Amino acid sequence: MKKLFRIALVAVLALSLVACSSSTDQPEATGTTSTSGETSSIKIGFVTDTGGIDDKSFNQTSYEGIKRFASENGLVEGAFEDGGNFTYLQSSGEEQYVPNLSAFAEQGANLVAAAGYLFQESIESVAASYPDVNFVAIDVAPIDLPNIQTANFMVNEGSYLVGVAAGTKAVENGSRHVGMVIGGESASMNMFWAGYQEGVWSVCPDCVISYDNANSYTDAALGRTLAQKQYNAGATVIFACAGGTGNGIITEAGERRTAGEDVWVIGVDTDQYDLGIYDESTGASCVLTSMLKRVDTATYNASKQILEGNFQAGNIDYTLADEGVGIPSENPNLTESDLAAIESAREAIISGEVTVSTEPQTSETNSLIIG
Amino acid sequence: MTRKHSKLTVSLIAVILGVLVGCLILMITGRNPLNIFIALIRSLTGFSINNPARGVNIMYPLNWLLSSMPIILTGLSVAFAYRTGMFNIGGEGQYIAGALACATVALLVDLPPVVHTIACILAGAIAGALWAFLPGFLKAFRNINEVVICVMMNYIALYFNDWFVRSFLPIDPLTLARTENFPETVSLGNLGFGTASQFNWGVVFAIIGVLIFWFVMEKTTFGYSLRATGFNSEGSRYAGMKNRRNTVLSMMIAGAFTGVAGAIVIIGNYGYGRIFTTFDNFGFDGIAVALVGGSTAFGVLAAGLLFGLMAASETQFQILGIPSEISDLIQAAIVFFVAIQYGIKLILDFVDKKRINKKVKEVA
Repeated sequence: MKKLFRIALVAVLALSLVACSSSTDQPEATGTTSTSGETSSIKIGFVTDTGGIDDKSFNQTSYEGIKRFASENGLVEGAFEDGGNFTYLQSSGEEQYVPNLSAFAEQGANLVAAAGYLFQESIESVAASYPDVNFVAIDVAPIDLPNIQTANFMVNEGSYLVGVAAGTKAVENGSRHVGMVIGGESASMNMFWAGYQEGVWSVCPDCVISYDNANSYTDAALGRTLAQKQYNAGATVIFACAGGTGNGIITEAGERRTAGEDVWVIGVDTDQYDLGIYDESTGASCVLTSMLKRVDTATYNASKQILEGNFQAGNIDYTLADEGVGIPSENPNLTESDLAAIESAREAIISGEVTVSTEPQTSETNSLIIG
Repeated sequence: MTRKHSKLTVSLIAVILGVLVGCLILMITGRNPLNIFIALIRSLTGFSINNPARGVNIMYPLNWLLSSMPIILTGLSVAFAYRTGMFNIGGEGQYIAGALACATVALLVDLPPVVHTIACILAGAIAGALWAFLPGFLKAFRNINEVVICVMMNYIALYFNDWFVRSFLPIDPLTLARTENFPETVSLGNLGFGTASQFNWGVVFAIIGVLIFWFVMEKTTFGYSLRATGFNSEGSRYAGMKNRRNTVLSMMIAGAFTGVAGAIVIIGNYGYGRIFTTFDNFGFDGIAVALVGGSTAFGVLAAGLLFGLMAASETQFQILGIPSEISDLIQAAIVFFVAIQYGIKLILDFVDKKRINKKVKEVA
């Protein structure tokens, strides 16, 4: 036993020697970062939900907003203790939200950001504990605290536009049938659904809409099955509003287009055009357009406010007018007339001529196939 | 000679080796392995070696205890079943059943404070026990492998919870993805001592769980017959014990431990009923905790605190530039080294033998 203890001790000592030697080059690193000007004192922390920082969705996009702001202002990515200006903490479970948010606050962060309605309670309680730290919460219901900004997106307005695109295609195609797949029932999903419905029916009042709830944001195989069902039922375009489940819909659409069928997918959150490329040689994509939700704008703006010292507490609704939602600037799969229809819808919404509902119509109307 | 290498020694060696593996990986990937220890010490004591001037921040040790509470209970659950010869891999289902029953009592029943909370936790325990009844029953009376049934029950719980919450509980109108907040009569208080930690009175239930486990398993006739069933089911039947009843009861008690875990997490950390989209993994963590803890009450307590420390340290790891996956990796390595404990014992025996030979030579 004694011998074993000795071996263990030697191992630990040897290890700490290695550790010490490798830590000697650290001060240099911090030395270089501290020379990067006045702004280097600012600290921004982003807490992911369980999806992780590379989820190709709102975590990643939100963090990219901070990154974009940082690169414009010479901020350095890295742990605060090493002199970094901005970094992120991944939450492996929902119960990690409070510890992660408060760890940033303890570290003296100027701004702590998080995305997703699951942060509602945790960010409120942590913000209450740290009145000197500012927080920005995306997709979180308004919170009445002087140090927290909630950012929400009028996704119904953006969904209206892609609904117009889908309806127009269905008319051109003659099928007069479109589809939508959601990832789960929630208030935010209802906004997508409400806007999409109204958009479709604004250009094609007798269009049938197939509607399925995958009840999963990660199940690509299920997404594909639902896509097969809706395309077989006659849908020309499917609005894939279901995170990773939507990847299966894109796969199915790509295969059908390769086989010569005239079907399309509409992407969500980010521009998913590249994800839909089914023919590498021509670069043809099955993604008609995407309904953008610019969560990066929210983190970018909040970071900017922190730097400029004019942080705005309270709720901000990002709309079509301020480009918080919308469609990509490049849409190779839309024709001139499609784009014209979308543009006129956009102008009508911005001018207030058209008001998009936030609650969907019930399934009473026989133009729906709820699956 | 071999007897003195107790499970404790093996577990300690496994822990040290596990941490060393973590260090090794960090060194290979060009990071500073010393940061692991800085992170662990900060999570354990709240003291920051990098920033001694900040003093001790009690929030970190409180978060450590908070994350240990549920996995101590799920560890007890797996250990309890294991001692009776059962493998309870159904912790996830029992956890969700416990959380669901707790939320139901919290939202649909009106009771005075304290009583309401205790009723919720009891409901969690009962639901967990009921959820574990079927695997135990089928194992005892139909000899169907409990592992298969348990895993199926996990998924049934996941989707049953979704249906039940949406059908019978008041849904939060803002998100439509969880229930309304629990009434104020349901609360485990806050023992955060002014910090942002959510540490709460749930810790009492974890301690009671450890004591109940120890008393029932080690000090009662019932516990003795359970252990006998675990050693040799047919043998215990021959000796006049009700081995089938024991199997069912053992699974149900195991389920009750996990059900309580589900209840205290949902009251202490959330405060509303959840619609689970994935498993929280506390039930699976319990398997590792029971294994490392040698399936004894205090072993599980120690192992639960260790794995709780690893979970709580994820934040500190990331702050110090270590990927949070390293925490999982260390936990996995510890489980691995415990699993190959026979190999570790062989090495220990070999070391012993050499030493004896040396002594014999010296004497000669």
